[in-house]
Amino acid sequence: MRMEPSNESLAQAAAGGDAAAFALLLERQYEGIFRLSFRLTGSRVDAEDLTQDVCATLPAKLRGFRGEARLTTWLWRVVVNAAHDRRRRAASRAKHTDGWGDWEVNRRASEAETAERADWLTEAMHALPDDLRDTLALVLDDVTHDEAGEILGVSPGTISWRVSEAKKHLRALREREDQV
Amino acid sequence: MSDEFDDLKKAMDAAMPAHDAARKAANLALAQKNFETLQETANEPRLTSDRPKRGFIRGVREMLNVMSTRGALTASTALVALGLVVVVPDWQQGPVLFDAGYQVEESQPLPEKRERAEVGDGLQSIGQSNDAEILAEDAPMIATEPMVQGAPALSSAEFDAYSRIAPAPAEGMIWQPESTTETFPDADQNPLKVTAEEPVSTFSIDVDTASYSVVRSSLTNGQLPPAGAVRIEEMINYFPYAYPAPDGEAPFRPTITVADTPWNPDTQLLHIAIQGEEPATEDRPPLNLVFLIDTSGSMDAPNKLPLLRQSFALMLPELTEQDQVAIVTYAGSAGQVLKATPATDRAAIMAALDNLSAGGSTAGEAGLQQAYSVAESMAEEGEVTRVILATDGDFNVGLSDPQALEDFIADKRESGTYLSVMGFGRGNLDDATMQALAQNGNGQAAYIDTLSEAQKVLVDQFTGALFPIANDVKIQVEFNPAQIAEYRLIGYETRALNREDFNNDKVDAGDIGAGHSVTALYEITPVGSPAVLNDPLRYGEASATESSEELGFFKLRYKAPGEDVSQLIETPIALGGEVSTDMRFAMAIAGFGQLLTDSPHLGDWGYAQAIELANAAKGDDAFGYRAEAVRLMRLAESLEQ
Repeated sequence: MRMEPSNESLAQAAAGGDAAAFALLLERQYEGIFRLSFRLTGSRVDAEDLTQDVCATLPAKLRGFRGEARLTTWLWRVVVNAAHDRRRRAASRAKHTDGWGDWEVNRRASEAETAERADWLTEAMHALPDDLRDTLALVLDDVTHDEAGEILGVSPGTISWRVSEAKKHLRALREREDQV
Repeated sequence: MSDEFDDLKKAMDAAMPAHDAARKAANLALAQKNFETLQETANEPRLTSDRPKRGFIRGVREMLNVMSTRGALTASTALVALGLVVVVPDWQQGPVLFDAGYQVEESQPLPEKRERAEVGDGLQSIGQSNDAEILAEDAPMIATEPMVQGAPALSSAEFDAYSRIAPAPAEGMIWQPESTTETFPDADQNPLKVTAEEPVSTFSIDVDTASYSVVRSSLTNGQLPPAGAVRIEEMINYFPYAYPAPDGEAPFRPTITVADTPWNPDTQLLHIAIQGEEPATEDRPPLNLVFLIDTSGSMDAPNKLPLLRQSFALMLPELTEQDQVAIVTYAGSAGQVLKATPATDRAAIMAALDNLSAGGSTAGEAGLQQAYSVAESMAEEGEVTRVILATDGDFNVGLSDPQALEDFIADKRESGTYLSVMGFGRGNLDDATMQALAQNGNGQAAYIDTLSEAQKVLVDQFTGALFPIANDVKIQVEFNPAQIAEYRLIGYETRALNREDFNNDKVDAGDIGAGHSVTALYEITPVGSPAVLNDPLRYGEASATESSEELGFFKLRYKAPGEDVSQLIETPIALGGEVSTDMRFAMAIAGFGQLLTDSPHLGDWGYAQAIELANAAKGDDAFGYRAEAVRLMRLAESLEQ
């Protein structure tokens, strides 16, 4: 029988410089990273970009993996943080776009996004404040409240509260839509 | 209760798109590249050497394939298995481990059941598949068995860690077993031309020397150089020759000699030598140098950034107080680390050089732009301004279009700023790009692999490297079909020009520095020689009726630095001329280059004859370059067998 190295041992080998372990680890986790990226961003294009960010920075980040947490817990934290970085960059880019070229690029991008977000799902996700959305993205990915708390750096109680807040938002949204 | 929640989850799952396969491949490649860059910049000792490699695993596999007898197989399997165990930690920890304790154990036979198939297959799959699970399983298996059997000296602690054994063959070897990212220009050898069909040959001179250094670096690492790396004209022009110096108005003097071809008794070699004048060093104009230094992560190797530092330190004493130096680095983002400083302020310059550290990716384009703008701010009338780009050739950020970069440089060339390119290190040497940049930037490409090469380029040939005496030097030779049946230009494949380009002053060509000499060789076949390869055409036109004793006509165009209009030197080519030692040595190197590229024109002439010819033509060889060339020929001869 072939022994499957655990994610954690692969991650530690990779942190120690083992390129093979790193490649195998990333291959295994790629789908997961992409799925979470999609839940966090709500668009396929953004999810691909976010996944790329994660892939690019993962080698350096892995050096900080000490093995005290489950790899996925640690990895989802990396993804969530990368998503935060992207949002911050997008916000400052929106502020600083001055040239026509940037303006045109942004306009087209936002048009494309609008078309993609026309359905209830993405609208619902985008109607949520960022922290609720992050929480929901994780919980919908079958991450436990405890783990989600660890990933986002808040207590499990906060996660539970956020989930119920998110549900309230969604219910309100649904009611508004039903009235229309 | 949680309707919305379930709805959302279902909708989310339904809407979950598949990731894009191409993006995934690109992302994985990016991650792997960053991973490797990170390893390169790490401080730990590295397993991989910098030289272009064939792959450790592949070497082992080839060795196994070559072995045939059963006894040899058993023995070699034992050695290989142990070899994996012993050699690997040895690389990590330095040479200390290679002591007798291990050597003795190697001769212990292994049980019969450990046969080639098992280990061989394991290696095969490690080498071929990307499935690292196999690695996790097989590597310790190979490793632990001989440990139990034959090498009790190794503590199990040294082997139980998966990370200790697996990374050894893994790093850069399993995933890209044979690939380096080196690129070389792809040019076919100049074909034999029939004089009656194509009597005119036009090319630009080439004073680069990078090719010879790359060839040397390959050979001294025990490998024949890739054919694309061999540019015969650069190998010939690497060596200083004492051709007759110019005496008149022109800044240089052509000397044309016809000699017997060493490798073919029925053809002759047309040897064209151009010697540039050497102005008195006191009279030289002030020099503005901008060092554009690549400090990306890949430069962090002993033969890159540290060698570069030492190289520039060697050059500083050659500069005087009227000269200025500025330093611009590029890695991720470009930045000026030393503003224009008088060259005599050695402390400030050395401090700036010492502060350089490698890290990040390579924003070559931004760096070049900044270097040129710094250079332009330093330039004054009557001064020579030059950007010296020092890199391992890897431009991986900001360069979406190499053509755009070349255009940018070609554009800057008009402003009078020269560009020299110095390559350091092997592994991702982008020889093709470096060549293209130097050619477009009116400069010289050199490859620095040792400190003595740095001394040659930056100290011994300092004036030649930095002070141009003529720009856009083009050569055109018209052969007389009544005398010459066929001809072949040796080398200069990447420098060919169209016939009409010769008189077009807009077309860029190579530049000659002070004291430079340039050599070009044609192998010519006289009419009626038994060596003529092409039969005359049955329906072809009769060859030129006017019979002249001249073999051909030589024309050379050059521009004085800063001028736009070219001047012409022309002279008929006649038989004869004295064959000097320098010429014979150039012929030996031309033969060496053709041997390395498996030229079909050499017949039985081989390394032994090249060595004999070069040895007899060493001359003074004050710097020992020619003796080194003979050593390289001998190395190549052994490697070829």
